[in-house]
Amino acid sequence: MGAENDIKPLTKKSFESDQDIRWCPGCGDYSILAFVQRVLPEMGIPKEKYVFVSGIGCSSRFPYYMNTYGLHTIHGRAPTVATGIKAANPDLQVWVVTGDGDALSIGGNHFIHALRRNVDIKILLFNNKIYGLTKGQYSPTSEFGKKTKSTPYGSVDYPLDPISLALGSEASFVARTADNTPKHLTEVLRRAAHHKGSAFVEIFQNCIIFNDGAFDPITGKEVRDDNTLLLEHGKPLLFGKDKKKGIRIKGFDPEVVTVGENGVTEADLVVHNENNPNPAYAFLLSRFNLPQFPVPMGVFRQSERYTYDGLLNDQVDTALSMGKGDIKKLIHGPSTWTVE
Amino acid sequence: MSDVSPLPISKEIEEKDVVVIRFCGDSGDGMQITGSRFTQATASVGNDLATLPDFPAEIRAPAGSLAGVSGYQIQFSSREIRTPGDAPDVLVAMNPAAFKTNLADLKKGGILIVNSDAFNEENLKLAGYAQNPLDTEIVKDYDLYKFPITTFTTHALETSPLIKKDKERCKNFFALGLMYWLYQRPFEPTLEWIDKQFSKKVDVANANKMALKAGYYFGETTEAFKKSFRVAKAQLNPGTYRNITGNEATAIGFITAAQLASKNLTYATYPITPASDILHELSKHKNFGIKTIQAEDEIAAIGVAIGASFAGDIGLTGTSGPGVALKSEALSLALMMELPLVLIDVQRGGPSTGLPTKTEQADLLQALYGRHGEAPVAVVAPATAGDCFHMAIEAVRIATEFMTPVIYLSDGYLANSAEPWVIPDYDKIPKIKIEHPSNPEGFKAYQRNEKLARPWAIPGVKGLEHRLGGLEKQDVTGNISYDPKNHEHMSHVRANKIKGIAKYLPPLEVFGKNEGDVLVIGWGGTHGSITSAVDELQKEGMSISSVHLRYLNPIQNDLYGLIENFETIIVPEINLGQLVKVLRAETLRDIKAINKIQGKPFKVEELKEAIKKFAAENAAKNKKLA
Repeated sequence: MGAENDIKPLTKKSFESDQDIRWCPGCGDYSILAFVQRVLPEMGIPKEKYVFVSGIGCSSRFPYYMNTYGLHTIHGRAPTVATGIKAANPDLQVWVVTGDGDALSIGGNHFIHALRRNVDIKILLFNNKIYGLTKGQYSPTSEFGKKTKSTPYGSVDYPLDPISLALGSEASFVARTADNTPKHLTEVLRRAAHHKGSAFVEIFQNCIIFNDGAFDPITGKEVRDDNTLLLEHGKPLLFGKDKKKGIRIKGFDPEVVTVGENGVTEADLVVHNENNPNPAYAFLLSRFNLPQFPVPMGVFRQSERYTYDGLLNDQVDTALSMGKGDIKKLIHGPSTWTVE
Repeated sequence: MSDVSPLPISKEIEEKDVVVIRFCGDSGDGMQITGSRFTQATASVGNDLATLPDFPAEIRAPAGSLAGVSGYQIQFSSREIRTPGDAPDVLVAMNPAAFKTNLADLKKGGILIVNSDAFNEENLKLAGYAQNPLDTEIVKDYDLYKFPITTFTTHALETSPLIKKDKERCKNFFALGLMYWLYQRPFEPTLEWIDKQFSKKVDVANANKMALKAGYYFGETTEAFKKSFRVAKAQLNPGTYRNITGNEATAIGFITAAQLASKNLTYATYPITPASDILHELSKHKNFGIKTIQAEDEIAAIGVAIGASFAGDIGLTGTSGPGVALKSEALSLALMMELPLVLIDVQRGGPSTGLPTKTEQADLLQALYGRHGEAPVAVVAPATAGDCFHMAIEAVRIATEFMTPVIYLSDGYLANSAEPWVIPDYDKIPKIKIEHPSNPEGFKAYQRNEKLARPWAIPGVKGLEHRLGGLEKQDVTGNISYDPKNHEHMSHVRANKIKGIAKYLPPLEVFGKNEGDVLVIGWGGTHGSITSAVDELQKEGMSISSVHLRYLNPIQNDLYGLIENFETIIVPEINLGQLVKVLRAETLRDIKAINKIQGKPFKVEELKEAIKKFAAENAAKNKKLA
């Protein structure tokens, strides 16, 4: 990347497009956009190498606001288009921006297959547990019984957990953060940006119009310390204002214990290991929910695996290195005859 | 045994001008291999030929059942032919089910060869026969040969180490050998092929070779046949030929297009009959920069192709009718983003799952209009198996020159049928010139050139960062625009861009005179049947011509002038009348339609009859007016 010498270092401003941002005032998307624009300059990768791809929904307007290459595609299909971009040019940095409806409902199939293939793309899922752009219907992550415009008697759809689904889809990087925890958001975005392979990040995002305060019981300032569990690699699973509560595992079942009570010491607690070869550990964490357990935030799992786009292009490069195809020979085929 | 086909001794040889043979049997009997080997041997002796493989959708329907019958028809001749033939002169039936489903097609007096071993109680019951039909009146009109082919085969393989069941499986090669003798084809190319095909199963290779030769020598020795037949070399146009199927030509055509454009090609697809062979072929050729992706579904496949195209590859996706339906939303996105993309539709019998292995031309209106909004795309259709090669290149040329999706309409008949094909000179095919902008100065994503094409700017280039999407674009800048006047303007621009392609298309080639009584207009895989019918009618003295449309959107402008020069216009199609609808609307003429929708190509005879009927009606009308 010799061009780096003659350009000014990239800044947040370099990544801001000239388009007016049209999200509702107070929408959590603003904060996510700002932090993505803040993290990317740190990567030392030229701006023209970035492609932001989205589907349909509020979150999917994201590419218009990034001064990079971008595609605003169709509902649910962003991972497929992103896969095509990487297939053609694995050198590009491809980010998919999606929502709970886009990724998990109409695009569920593409979501799981992009993850299992480990295409080298970053997928940011803005989860606000509601359909915003269509004005307030329940989504695949809305809680059971939720009353919305389309479910005045309460939803009878059982929700799914994006982290559990991503882990079940063999994702090599799975993390969760929130739009109202700037430091944590920045750190998780940074981790995702550095991961080679599919990086999946669920971002709790507040929809101020149709589902305001949906995550207040988890990440609200007052309750955050007690109701979230910050995942830190190599450190014991501790939470609470004074970091006295922890997670211990008995058989297959986790339990919340208090350090210093009933003979419990820190040594009894689970030490977080992102690289645990057994995905069951990360899956167990993904099932943690209020009120029984704090909600884990951070990197659930990171593993190294060949990327699909890398392997695809390696096969082509290997074939080419063994001798470029002879087109005339191909057109001639295995057997010919001549008419004079 | 010698490895060289011996010259026939003592028996009479009758010269034939044209022969149609159909092999039929259970889908486990290897009829497709038998047919394709016969085709290869026939090509090697220099006959003109055309083939029609016909197989069931079930991979292995219960052995011996009517549903499991698989067939392969070949017409070969010492003169030019264009179709696999209307009715067989020879029928080789390997079991009662095949006998039952195919006998009616055999010409009266035709040669009927049956494997009498297979006419046992169980198979007769499966085929629904109360008594053995070979002992009934039903066969009296044919020249019947009852041979215990299975028994002959196992006897010939007495020294083979294979078990009895595996020996019996070689019976198709015995039948093939017999046909080689009867029509004086060499068996060497097949011996070579068997060695290659079964290189890891030497015993199987040897057994098949022995069975093939045994069949050949049996023909020579048996008293049953008093003579064999010879079909002289055809006077084909000079050139180097190969045998090719439509799907092969399609795959090779797209690889060639990518080479002509100096581009990598990404083919993303989801397996579907009858298009999957294109994936199988393309996936072998990575050393041409071909990337193949078997996506999770049809929608993903076109999404991948769109992404690849945005990033600078030739983006290609392929499917059949049901897949086109699923891809239509994404196709609209590609046309809104004005990216080059080719969608291959190898049409099959529809709607829904329809007739997966049978041919049809009923996706034309879907290709032309099957999208939401005003959504024009270019549509091309190859006319013959070999033409698939040329139209694949045309599709890529149009897509990249005009920055538009192109639908390439092949069909089940073209896909699987084989024909001798004059190998084109690669050096004489015009290159496909592609420019990617690199200068940020004044770059606008939707600034158009004289062809109304916008620039193909690809990610990775500094200063050209831009966003594309499905929302309506402001003219020139490509920014989102909800302005009503702009939407109307852009709708016109998109339509005019596609219409404008016509200016750059080659002139129509008319078969016959440029004026006269009857003009037959065809498209796609019906070329052979239509041209043969028109050729014969011309020879019978009718004032008739035909044109075959290989560009369906836009259609070459000279068609409309040509139509004015004829009194009766007829459009034959393997659907209920789709192109005819379009042409009626465009010309306001009372254009006649000939339609067939049986999953089979037109027979030359049925086309001739229908054309004659329309011509006579018109003549009667003129007489009345006079």
